[in-house]
Amino acid sequence: MASKSSKILAGLVVLAGVGAATAWALTKPSPRPDADWANLGTPDLVKGEQVIWAGGCVSCHAATGATGEAVKVLSGGRALPSPFGTFHIPNISSDPHAGIGSWTLAQFGNAMTRGVGPEGEHLYPSFPYGSYARMTPADVNNLFGYIKTLPASSNVAPPHELGFPFNIRLAVGGWKLLYFNDKPRVQLANADDKVKRGQYLVEGPGHCGECHTPRDALGGLKTNLWLAGGPNPEGKGSIPNITPGGKVKDWSEADMVNYFQTGFTPDFDSVGGQMAEVQQNLAHLPQADLEAISAYLKAVPAR
Amino acid sequence: MNFKTIAMATTVLCLGFSAVTAQETPQAKREQMMKQIGGSVGALGAIAKGDKPYDAATVEKSLTTISTNIKAFPDQFPEGSEGNSEAAPAIWQNNADFRAKAAKLGNDADTLLASLPADQAAVQKAVQTLGADCSSCHQTYRMKK
Repeated sequence: MASKSSKILAGLVVLAGVGAATAWALTKPSPRPDADWANLGTPDLVKGEQVIWAGGCVSCHAATGATGEAVKVLSGGRALPSPFGTFHIPNISSDPHAGIGSWTLAQFGNAMTRGVGPEGEHLYPSFPYGSYARMTPADVNNLFGYIKTLPASSNVAPPHELGFPFNIRLAVGGWKLLYFNDKPRVQLANADDKVKRGQYLVEGPGHCGECHTPRDALGGLKTNLWLAGGPNPEGKGSIPNITPGGKVKDWSEADMVNYFQTGFTPDFDSVGGQMAEVQQNLAHLPQADLEAISAYLKAVPAR
Repeated sequence: MNFKTIAMATTVLCLGFSAVTAQETPQAKREQMMKQIGGSVGALGAIAKGDKPYDAATVEKSLTTISTNIKAFPDQFPEGSEGNSEAAPAIWQNNADFRAKAAKLGNDADTLLASLPADQAAVQKAVQTLGADCSSCHQTYRMKK
């Protein structure tokens, strides 16, 4: 009897081990192959600066209330409220200790496109790598090169304040298994180069869907409602539907470009909320990119 | 109390009552004020974009409306008027800053009135200045319903 029950016990231990190994295999941090980050050459700093404005890095990573040139000090420190707790945004300045000055391109690239930190750990998706996953290694290289030219800050942000079970970093692996991919968010038949460029900017660096697409209870994007708007994840109020099914259906492409450049809607209401900072970032982009974003927003399915 | 007094009192009461019912809610009143500001910025914007020819009278009238309305605007947020509006709770939590931002728009409009933008280029610059004031306040104090 004793030997039988010990056999069952041993079997259970093996099963549990296999289960845990399988779970680990499915959810472990998964960086890209090193080759993806090799031979990218000298970063193009002009393009790198455009990526930072398209990506809106400064809106989270600059100090609270920073304006003008001060937004380029990526000291972190802002608090980002969410239904899961408060995230404290880290320092990504060029400081070698407090920031990312001593990171390799592979470390930076895996954080950006795979949500894998420099120690090989999962990063929380409050950092929108779920969108940045679509960025080209060339853009990541240019961005990294540009960030390293910006001022260093020695600020150290406090740790995130998350409730159980969200405070368990391993659980992020399960979240990635459910929601993370680097595929296009919508299939657009006959998209021309302009629309494709817009798709890249909106779905990748621009990460527009992170606010403009509603989320489910676990914080995954409801991609069948892509860009359809919803409750504000950071607090009260709501985020507008920016598909042709929303109020912007009456906006022309030129109206959208004008909004991105000046902050004025066609009826001269002004940009507000978190979008005010986004608009200030977008205003730095070349006109052609803003036209591409507008063309894509006209092309996505109405919701 | 004679009939005349009663009639008078009734009339006064009725007048008072109709005055109360006709009075707009704070929400409606401030939205109306903001709509007029938006219309004025729109008139300036049309000149800035070249959709309408430069017209000094329009520029002056628009700037005057913006100045007048924005100065009275911060007084339209009595306690309890949070509901059914795009007003963010921060207006009441951080009222001094809210007022300072409104005052900035008032001052900028007055400065422009003191030396009226004289051509399309000057109106473009004016719209940029005013627009920055609009969004710096809307960023914190307006939320979409």
